[in-house]
Amino acid sequence: MIIDLPRFVAAERAYWDELQALVARLETEPEWRLPLAEIERLHYLYERCSADLARLDTFSTEPTLRAFLESLVARAYTEIHETRAPIKVHWKAAVLAFPRAFRRHGAAFRLSLGATLVGCVFGWFAIRADSRAKAVLMPFPHLLTSPAERVAEEESRKADRLRGQKASFSAELMTHNIRVTIFTLALGMTWGAGTLVMLFYNGVILGAVAADYVYAGYGTFLTGWLLPHGSIEIPAILLGGQAGFVLAGALIGWGSGAARSARLRAVAPDLFAIIAGAAGLLVWAGTVEAFISQYHQPVVPYALKIAFGACELIALTAFLGWAGRE
Amino acid sequence: MKPKRQSRLSIETPEGVVFSYELATPVSRSLAWIVDAVAISAASYILGELCQTLNLLNRDWANAVSVVLYFAISVLYGILLEWRWRGQTIGKRLLGLRVVDVHGLRLQLPQIALRNLLRLVDALPAFYLVGGLACQFSRCAQRLGDLAANTIVAREPKPETPDLEQIAPAKYNSLLAHPHLAARLRSLVTPEATAIAIRAVTQRDGYDPSARVALFRDLAAHFRSLVEFPEDSLEGLTDEQYVRSVLRVIYGSPGEANNSPQRRDRE
Repeated sequence: MIIDLPRFVAAERAYWDELQALVARLETEPEWRLPLAEIERLHYLYERCSADLARLDTFSTEPTLRAFLESLVARAYTEIHETRAPIKVHWKAAVLAFPRAFRRHGAAFRLSLGATLVGCVFGWFAIRADSRAKAVLMPFPHLLTSPAERVAEEESRKADRLRGQKASFSAELMTHNIRVTIFTLALGMTWGAGTLVMLFYNGVILGAVAADYVYAGYGTFLTGWLLPHGSIEIPAILLGGQAGFVLAGALIGWGSGAARSARLRAVAPDLFAIIAGAAGLLVWAGTVEAFISQYHQPVVPYALKIAFGACELIALTAFLGWAGRE
Repeated sequence: MKPKRQSRLSIETPEGVVFSYELATPVSRSLAWIVDAVAISAASYILGELCQTLNLLNRDWANAVSVVLYFAISVLYGILLEWRWRGQTIGKRLLGLRVVDVHGLRLQLPQIALRNLLRLVDALPAFYLVGGLACQFSRCAQRLGDLAANTIVAREPKPETPDLEQIAPAKYNSLLAHPHLAARLRSLVTPEATAIAIRAVTQRDGYDPSARVALFRDLAAHFRSLVEFPEDSLEGLTDEQYVRSVLRVIYGSPGEANNSPQRRDRE
């Protein structure tokens, strides 16, 4: 049987318009809570329009009308089958989502830490084996001079070399480090291989710099220079690596019977929480690096810088390890 | 093995109703991205100029604010707009595209953030080569960010309702005098042919006269090949009138056969 389209449209038009208005309001006002009667009405309208679409499906009919009804049913389906509450920013829950997500994926963090440590060991022994490898392993000009020259220069400096550019230096550091962290996460899409390489490379640089300064007898300078910002910056990069490995794990799906899309859907909120938390940490680290780390003894005593860095590390560990525990 | 590319993503609801999204083509997505890149550049330029006014107070802080704002715009542009506009940016709005969940559910902020953050990999090594290749090889034309976030980019249909009076006004229709042939025509005609006929009727004034005559001749020939009505029913009907009559047969109810001259005479 072929339906009488004009009569069909005339009879159903009012229901389509009503559903369209209801859905449009739900879309533009996600916080709007429907009373029970309205929910029942929405469900009724959705079922009615679905039935209309099903009726049209069986007949040779006008495609524009079908597209219109399809779009309407799709929009209503989106609203009706949304089980989670509309997003409302609860600051406490938003902040605690970060350490909770971190703890849920402890194995990924350990892998991230392990890859960096292996890189550190490699960098350490590479510099010890061949000091000429500095130019390759440390792509930063200020690290290529000998530690003794650098320490002498920094400790004898009378003028503030960052005067008038601390804020912009800090902004450059923040944005660069956040970009690197996001990139480390994104490389998880290479089944984790890219993330692994990124972390290993970071570890190599860190290990090489540490070996260079420690063996030259400037371990205190190095600790005082790196710890104030590094105690936050390095864990933040590790968190990016953790997120990358979580993403890779969901992509590969070892030991999981769920479909890939279900696995990725399950980890998406945690990835978001971890990367947002890491970005927040890097804003702090960038500020500290520009305003504190670049000042050495006698301007700022090493003991004070090291104590500051240690306190930051303890606070971060406590936050990630215990905040939001139930 | 390369998976078969789909042009639509169908979703079956628990009620058994199937609706589908038309997947955006790489070309339309690229155009939307170009528009977005221009929008980001324009916003960065304007904010950069505004930051220059801060130079009067402090040059260092003016530069810092400028660097942070540029970074924030480039990273947050897609995230905030797609969240606020339910899967659309300026470029996607202009091109009629929308990011939607692969299961038809509401987009969540983590999904939107993930698909936008993964642009860093999709954009490698330049001009979204990785993302473009991923689109080519994925079944639903998803770049890596879309795969990770369970999203697709779909063409948004414009909600239009048909102008039925233009299709076929309810006048006397000689084809309806043969209900068995009309029923046969309804069963044989395809949605594609119907769609072409509707487009031809609704846009008839836009064609050159010669092209219009040829189009309706071809359409009439196609419909005549499906069912042969008696000569007396077609007498005096032009090809265009015949196509309109066919559309009325398709969309009218079988009861319309009663709208015959004999019945009207009796009334």
